[in-house]
Amino acid sequence: MKDITSERSAVRLPKWRGTKIKGGLSASNLSVLIAGFVLVFITVCAIVPSWIAPYAPTFMFSDEILVAPSLAHLFGTDYFGRDVFSLVVHGSRDSMIIGVSAVLIGAVAGGGIGALAGYIGGIIDAIFMRVIEILMTIPGVLLALAIAAALGPSLKNIVLAIAISSIPGYARIMRGQMISIKKRPYVAASRSIGASNARILFWHILPNAWSPILVMATIGLGSAILTGAGLSFLGLGVIKEVPDWGALLSQGRNYLTAGWWMATFPGLAITAFVLSINIAGDKVQDFANPKTSKGR
Amino acid sequence: MALFNKAFARLLNAALSILGSLVLVFFIIYMMPGDPVLSMLDPSTATPEAIENMRIQLGLDRPFYAQFADYFTNMVQGDFGQSLITSEPVLDKILLHLPATLALTLASVIFSIVIGVAFGVLSAVYRNRWLDSAVRIIGLFGISMPTFWSGILLILIFSVQLNWLPVMGSDSLAALVLPSLALGFVGAGFIIRMVRSSMVEVLDEQFILTLRAKGLSERLIMYRHALRNALIPAVTVIGLHIGELLAGTVVIETVFSRQGIGRIVADAIMSKDMPVIQGVIFFSAIVYVIINLLVDLSYSVIDPRIRKSAGTR
Repeated sequence: MKDITSERSAVRLPKWRGTKIKGGLSASNLSVLIAGFVLVFITVCAIVPSWIAPYAPTFMFSDEILVAPSLAHLFGTDYFGRDVFSLVVHGSRDSMIIGVSAVLIGAVAGGGIGALAGYIGGIIDAIFMRVIEILMTIPGVLLALAIAAALGPSLKNIVLAIAISSIPGYARIMRGQMISIKKRPYVAASRSIGASNARILFWHILPNAWSPILVMATIGLGSAILTGAGLSFLGLGVIKEVPDWGALLSQGRNYLTAGWWMATFPGLAITAFVLSINIAGDKVQDFANPKTSKGR
Repeated sequence: MALFNKAFARLLNAALSILGSLVLVFFIIYMMPGDPVLSMLDPSTATPEAIENMRIQLGLDRPFYAQFADYFTNMVQGDFGQSLITSEPVLDKILLHLPATLALTLASVIFSIVIGVAFGVLSAVYRNRWLDSAVRIIGLFGISMPTFWSGILLILIFSVQLNWLPVMGSDSLAALVLPSLALGFVGAGFIIRMVRSSMVEVLDEQFILTLRAKGLSERLIMYRHALRNALIPAVTVIGLHIGELLAGTVVIETVFSRQGIGRIVADAIMSKDMPVIQGVIFFSAIVYVIINLLVDLSYSVIDPRIRKSAGTR
């Protein structure tokens, strides 16, 4: 294989191969840099919104209702005269909580189910996987919608709904990992020296099995935030003084002709956040799976 | 015969999955808080006896399995129950609004496949050049933008500012353009990424080198040989994505105030209209399972190797 590639580089490269970007600040590195900056900025917004936001999100400028974006109000003001930039900054917290906790719960629960099913095998495996297969026949967003509706509108229920609907994906990946790893010689070796099942599972298998879950979780974070915003946009979140981005967008939707900025900026925040997560996710994937990495 | 057996096994499996999803949806709805009877009768005027009677009349006093058995028997006979709010039969309601949603889904699938495959191939052919970077950014945006936001942006630009296309409505073809663009962009993003990465992989294969050496035109190599080999992962993504599309219609139909089954389910959730939610989710589970069955079977059309090995698998 090596010979062929080295020989190939000796002949003139076909023109479609193009020039590879090497060294320096390539387009891809630049995008990772920007994405990292956006992620850090939004995280700071979510943790200490009052450091970033110029005004209190609930303060109403009664003589500045529906004012277009300006230096005083970067994203304009809404129909109550609230500063949209401050609202977006404060709204980041709920959006981030929804995404991160849904992914954590989904990955731990799904990973756990998959690990058990894969490790134990037999009837337990068959039953678990049948249930997972059934969960998969309902499209994720629709399942989340049904669960969120069934549990009633609240932040906690949105998180649960997204987490439950993401369980099948994690469970299947983890099960696959388990089945392949438990047959490896080092597992048999540690069993032969009398290691317990728990020790084999947690000490030998899991450390070697979790990287696909990590990749999936980074990608899942973006879609969890999108789904959360969507559910909240549909009115399944809670109506609060400081709404999350989806609810903000939904409010702005009623004022499209009066103030385009009300719907535009919360959406921009969601997009910037999810885009950065996806760029970071691509990097994590390249890192975890070098086969599909850079040169390709 | 082997192919037939395989298809039959898949079909049986699909039927089991649908049945399972029916139980699941029924259970989720069963757990729903809030008393549907109270949303039908005003508790301030109705007597407790009237409420109790209504509950018995609807069969809501019976245990879970009995309610499910009833629902299932009726459903097999084509009776999905009635809306608790309007008393319309659920099946009629779904069938009435299905064409609008199908038109929207179909238009966005076509849009996302055309854009996704064309851009994905371009991106792989010009890999690591500026065109590739541009297309990859478009793909990233596709999967990162919430559909309700891209929908609103399209309304702002094309309806509010330029006044080219109608903001809402579901009767004209023009009203279909913006919603299907908003919905299709997501799919396009996924397909671009999938087609690019599998094309890149295929283009590194030895047989491509052979074809070049044999002097075949680049166009023929790309479309006849490379794309065909790269298509299987792409088709899988398309199949899985249809489910997301169906769910996406819930949001998009709300944004564009279109009639359709997505809108029905959004309204039903707000008014706790259980039979309607059940009906729609169950309906889309069927559609989803059937589409993925078709996707599975289409592999053997795309890839002759799968067709040949059908008997041995």
